[in-house]
Amino acid sequence: MLNASLNELSAALAQKKISSAELTQLFLDRTSRLNGALNAFITVDAEKSLAQALAADERIAKGDAKPLTGIPVAHKDIFVTKGWRTTCGSKMLSNFVSPYDAHVIERFNAAGAVILGKTNMDEFAMGSSSETSFYGPVKNPWGPAYVPGGSSGGSTAAIAARMAPAATGTDTGGSIRQPAALSGVSGLKPTYGLVSRYGMIAFASSLDQGGPIAKSAEDLALLLNVMAGFDERDSTSVERAAEDYRRELDRPLAGLRVGVPKEHFGGGLAAEVGKAIEAALAQLEKLGAKRVPVNLPSSGLSVPAYYVIAPAEASSNLSRFDGVRYGHRAKEYRDLADMYFRTRAEGFGAEVRRRILIGTYVLSHGYYDAYYLKAQKIRRLIADDFVAAFKQCDLIVGPTAPTVAFKIGAKAADPVQMYLNDIYTIPANLAGLPAMSIPCGFGKDDLPVGLHIVGNYFSEARMLNLAHQYQKATDWHQREPGGIRP
Amino acid sequence: MNWEIVIGLETHAQLSTQSKMFSGASTAFGAAPNTQASAVDIALPGVLPVANKDAVERAIRFGLAVGGENVINRRSVFARKNYFYPDLPKGYQISQYELPIVKGGEIRILTKSGEKAVRLTRAHLEEDAGKSLHEAFRDSSGIDLNRAGVPLLEIVSEPDMRSAEEAVAYAKTLHSLVRWIGICDGNMQEGSFRCDANVSVRRPGGPLGTRAEIKNLNSFRFLEHAIEFEAKRQIDILDDGGKIVQETRLYDADRDETRAMRTKEEAHDYRYFPDPDLSPLEVSEKWMGEIKAKLPELPEAKRKRYQIEYALSLYDASLLTDTREKAEYFELVCRSLEGPAPKTVANWITGELSALLNDRGIDFSQLLISGKAFAKLLDRIKDGTISANVAKEILHGMANGEGDADAIIAKRGLKQISDAGAIEKIVDQVIAANPKQVEDYRAGKEKAFNSLVGQVMKATQGKANPAQVNEILKRKLAG
Repeated sequence: MLNASLNELSAALAQKKISSAELTQLFLDRTSRLNGALNAFITVDAEKSLAQALAADERIAKGDAKPLTGIPVAHKDIFVTKGWRTTCGSKMLSNFVSPYDAHVIERFNAAGAVILGKTNMDEFAMGSSSETSFYGPVKNPWGPAYVPGGSSGGSTAAIAARMAPAATGTDTGGSIRQPAALSGVSGLKPTYGLVSRYGMIAFASSLDQGGPIAKSAEDLALLLNVMAGFDERDSTSVERAAEDYRRELDRPLAGLRVGVPKEHFGGGLAAEVGKAIEAALAQLEKLGAKRVPVNLPSSGLSVPAYYVIAPAEASSNLSRFDGVRYGHRAKEYRDLADMYFRTRAEGFGAEVRRRILIGTYVLSHGYYDAYYLKAQKIRRLIADDFVAAFKQCDLIVGPTAPTVAFKIGAKAADPVQMYLNDIYTIPANLAGLPAMSIPCGFGKDDLPVGLHIVGNYFSEARMLNLAHQYQKATDWHQREPGGIRP
Repeated sequence: MNWEIVIGLETHAQLSTQSKMFSGASTAFGAAPNTQASAVDIALPGVLPVANKDAVERAIRFGLAVGGENVINRRSVFARKNYFYPDLPKGYQISQYELPIVKGGEIRILTKSGEKAVRLTRAHLEEDAGKSLHEAFRDSSGIDLNRAGVPLLEIVSEPDMRSAEEAVAYAKTLHSLVRWIGICDGNMQEGSFRCDANVSVRRPGGPLGTRAEIKNLNSFRFLEHAIEFEAKRQIDILDDGGKIVQETRLYDADRDETRAMRTKEEAHDYRYFPDPDLSPLEVSEKWMGEIKAKLPELPEAKRKRYQIEYALSLYDASLLTDTREKAEYFELVCRSLEGPAPKTVANWITGELSALLNDRGIDFSQLLISGKAFAKLLDRIKDGTISANVAKEILHGMANGEGDADAIIAKRGLKQISDAGAIEKIVDQVIAANPKQVEDYRAGKEKAFNSLVGQVMKATQGKANPAQVNEILKRKLAG
């Protein structure tokens, strides 16, 4: 059951081979055994989960089940969840129990899925290693000395360690894809606007996008069917007809033009990662895809542009955490200004404070044009690069991250080295394009490598098609971390 | 040496929508604290704003009224104004900065020195903040977020006004306009319409002086007093060889003075940037056309028309177009009229009827007298059935719901006596009974005549035709 696909779990539930309560208990048990070592979950509430599972079982008995009814899903602790503590990985929200559900949670609840728990993450999703969490770092199931990537590292670690069959994440600069790559799982960041941001605690509003994390592309398609959809409460939500993201899974890859950007194979890319990607490209060619060289000339500017835009928006988005209405408030303060200073200095960790300072600086009078406006111009250039590239190819493929997982603490002292981890993933966020990562091999110390797939706007079904066909021909996505023994 | 006062106004008009600018919470005034604050208004983690279409439509209506389609930006952008304050839940206010929805336009004002156009810089949409409550708490403050997120239109004028009188005329005209086009209830006590005044002084024709901004003036009287005090303060400083500091000042109504609040150096850096949670606001030609078609005839157009169509003075036309209800009532009465001239109607509406409404604290919508009934009343004066004085009495009866003019005339027997023989008889009696007044009059005391007229009117319970009484009395006294 732990290795089963969502389709298999759904069938087992429908055929009453197992109840949702039993299935939920199975994953809860595994979580309670492994979480001490991996720290993938911030909050687990067996009672709540099992109550939902029992309701799902009733629904199944009534013949009212949908594909995800009764299946446990772990949610990144950035999605506010009614009645659940929602911390966003921060001390600031260590006491915050949400009075409402995020749109994504509502959709999963409506589908009859079971909330398995809230997963650990970099504080306010700011990080590429899941080390900045107030609740301690997440360990990589492939090697507990290594980071799982971030910021959705709790969710990717939970999938890798088979603590959950499905999970959610959010991706602002690579926060689904990079940890999926480093943890050896599959993760998808949809087109900006496809998944409602309502109830997803904002980091950088113009870049944030929620998406699914699972073992396979097939599972991702099923999860995306639930997550995607118009929401009038999010003004950036896209109003378009619902689609079945599974519809193209079985399409042959013959004739598919796969663009390979030479900029993503330059210096900084670890040889072992490059080798795994080359092998994956060869596999895709074997499946009938055609390899096309493409250029993304502005992509080198994406990290600096991102580290202006994202902190700028974050500095404003995080202003609401002021200790006045909810969340952490300093115990002692002299006056109002002192309450703000202390509350925010105590409530936010170092990386969050750093980004608030950067963001405040770039928006300041006299610097706005030089930083924020210029970054917005670069953002347009990057989007234009993709428009040109997609005239030559259907999908773009390359490495998700320049290296395999690094050791916990290795980059903590050097933010710029940390930021460069997202060099291949950030351009898709800046352009609002869908992108995903799937396992495609192993590098040093048997750590997983991720294959990055970027599609044109709303081409998720086609991306999932490529990923699924690749996964049918390979078994990287089925490999389990050896060190984890329940 | 003389100084010229230069004034520009920033006015916050609360848009009269059911729900808030970016949330579905109610905007009704006076609810218990924090009962009208939704998840969006209290800025819970994860919530997002959605622009209120009704508020946008009202802003467009305003733009069309002050400048037509040319002053409506087809694309405007919501921006975040960042600062920390406990009654600002998000830590930023959503406003419009570089691209407001209305750019330009003008307001025409009328003062003793004539008509004048005050140019508008812009008008932009924004949300209000909440309210800090200090009185009821010890060692702490309370926050009421009912107001937080209420839609506002901030209307910014050019520094085109040169006196407190002009500023008040502008504010009154603007106040009348926003109610006229139905975008704001204009309730100043509840804070639905409040002004900030930018005041500076300069040598006539010289470069602009350093200005002070006086915040939150929520009555026309305060506006007038604050500007007068502030201008005098600045002139005194300059006359003494001092310099004006650019600063924000508060008007203290109890002391009738302005006080420094913060200087330019202490001003916030608001770090404005486009709000990534909201797409740019697009106004289609179709939508604008629909809004334009629903727009009522505007006060300025009515003023012009009244001067031509009804031969009224600009002054009368302005008084009548003070509110849309008054103007519409005037037109209704004129349409039903048989005898009297529109000028008479204008006098009655701006005089006796306005006084009546004022006394009773009601407006035209609560008036029980239909335009047609009012026209009939005026017709009865014209045809001599009643005198103007009696008509006033009847008017109050009509306002009490006692029926139309004819019914009240009949019921109370108020029909005017125009029978010369009957009046002569009474005049004779009055002359006989008041020898002293008659003597005084003949000795040249004009006042005595009025007293005698009064006696005649009294004797006829006011029903005698005043013109006839005058004529007969004069004749008899002369004889």
